[in-house]
Amino acid sequence: MIELKNITAGYDGKTVLSGVSLSIPKGKLISVIGTNGSGKSTLLKTVVGIIAAKAGEIVIDGRASAELSRQDTAKKIAYLAQGKSVSDMTVEQMVLHGRFPHLSYPRRYGEKDREVAFEALKQMGLDELAGRPLSSLSGGIRQKAYIAMALAQDTEYILLDEPTAYLDIYNQIELMNILKSLAQAGRGVVTVMHDLPLAFEFSDGIAVINNGRIAACDTPENICTSGIVKEIFGTELRYSETEGTYYYKYRL
Amino acid sequence: MKNSVKYCLKKPNKIKRLYFAGFLFVGIAIITGLMLGSTRLTFTEIGQAFTNGFDFSAGTRIFAYVRLPRTTAALVCGAALAVSGAVIQGVLANRLASPSIIGVNSGAGLAVTICTALGIYGGWRLSVFSFLGAFAAVMLVSLGSRKWGASRGTVILIGVAMNSLLAAFSDTIVTFMPNVGVMSNDFKIGEFSGVTYQKLIPAALIISVAVIVLLTLTNELDVLTLGEDNAKGLGMNTSVMRVLFLLLAALLAGCAVSLAGLLSFVGLIVPHAVRRLAGSKSSHLLGLCTLFGAAFVCLCDTIARTAFAPYEIPVGIIMAFLGAPFFVFILVKGKGGHARD
Repeated sequence: MIELKNITAGYDGKTVLSGVSLSIPKGKLISVIGTNGSGKSTLLKTVVGIIAAKAGEIVIDGRASAELSRQDTAKKIAYLAQGKSVSDMTVEQMVLHGRFPHLSYPRRYGEKDREVAFEALKQMGLDELAGRPLSSLSGGIRQKAYIAMALAQDTEYILLDEPTAYLDIYNQIELMNILKSLAQAGRGVVTVMHDLPLAFEFSDGIAVINNGRIAACDTPENICTSGIVKEIFGTELRYSETEGTYYYKYRL
Repeated sequence: MKNSVKYCLKKPNKIKRLYFAGFLFVGIAIITGLMLGSTRLTFTEIGQAFTNGFDFSAGTRIFAYVRLPRTTAALVCGAALAVSGAVIQGVLANRLASPSIIGVNSGAGLAVTICTALGIYGGWRLSVFSFLGAFAAVMLVSLGSRKWGASRGTVILIGVAMNSLLAAFSDTIVTFMPNVGVMSNDFKIGEFSGVTYQKLIPAALIISVAVIVLLTLTNELDVLTLGEDNAKGLGMNTSVMRVLFLLLAALLAGCAVSLAGLLSFVGLIVPHAVRRLAGSKSSHLLGLCTLFGAAFVCLCDTIARTAFAPYEIPVGIIMAFLGAPFFVFILVKGKGGHARD
């Protein structure tokens, strides 16, 4: 379990997160939702140590994150940033770099690393595109390649910042199914999401961030009925009993 | 599964062919570099230099004291500048960022000018000062760009400004101290006629060590190109690695400048051509840049020595004739030189 205890964090003297406490258990898919600039990405970056917490404590499987090196953290938590560069390297080469934290200098990928990387490629349906340069692929395929790299990292926790960006609806649903299955296999998965119906449909828990604070953290059902979505986003989210799905109730 | 893993493991034959071609070019460059010139040497004379001593005949003396240091210098400078260019382009995420364009060579040139003004003409001190000048320049460009949040295009402009500023400092020193002849036209253009073992040995040793260290860090360089946050997410200390890469790149460029002057375009042409042929995987990129950079500069130097024999033109002129059109080609065809969108 990853526990955030009263975390305050931000950039360049500006506080973005204030007093955030949150638990990320293994075996659950948690979606973090909130308006633009509410602190969702900052939350993930703080958990993996890209941004240092100004106050509070992060405990990863019983150990304070401050005690863990960056490499140790990367062995436990895979993190996929929101903005991704388009390298000229091939899909296969990039996915193999998911094994980077598991090696020490001079890092040379071995047979086991290649097996794990290829399994990740297959899981994301990219095995046929393994030899293609990333720059020659569509944004959606690139996104899947990045996710395959996070899978190849083979960690207990996976944090993804807007993983469904650039994906069409078919691939969004496919990805959420993969994340759900990863959670069911025992990993703790956290995604930052803007598509609320998709997040509510697939997640075990929803953490709502508003102005750098956790406004609510509960099951999708309870968050949906609490009215907090309308309060924060100005748009109602409803659950259709007959369809068995979440949908927006737009105000015209 | 077995087949799948095999697929991942396979090393493309194209890469093997490129390495073969690289070694072949280096071989041709060495042979032509040693044998051709205003006086043609034979295999027999080269053999005699090793069996009967360097001072056995006029031919053996030319081989030992002119051709051998010059050819070696051209090879190591070519490898150093090509690898330095590839590393700087990777770290700054811009294909137009080569040592001669962003001021790294000028930083080293200023250091060499200061050294000459102080009476240091060769040896370890010249190489070290040259490296410090190159390192200071590249760090100023890198840190300045990051602090001001400069776009990739702006990084190049900052580098160009740095280049002009450092060249101005060098010119100022030469203006006030005319006896500092190092900033002569030949030094500014780049050439190998003044290479001595005193200059060559320390520079070649430093270059060799820096290239070997970089060849062990190719996965780190690849991960760095995935972007700051993703690299950190993979456990990399990006700040330390960025400084380390720039330090090694500066070491290469600085030593090359201490030997050959301000050779331009090698760090631009060779990495770009290799990337087109072999892709962006750093292990192949740096390995092939070492070979093709060495061969390219050595062959250009041989052309410079023989094309208008008995007259000799600085090798930098040959490079500029080839490099300038190539630079424009990259600008037009290469999406403005952005390594990533």
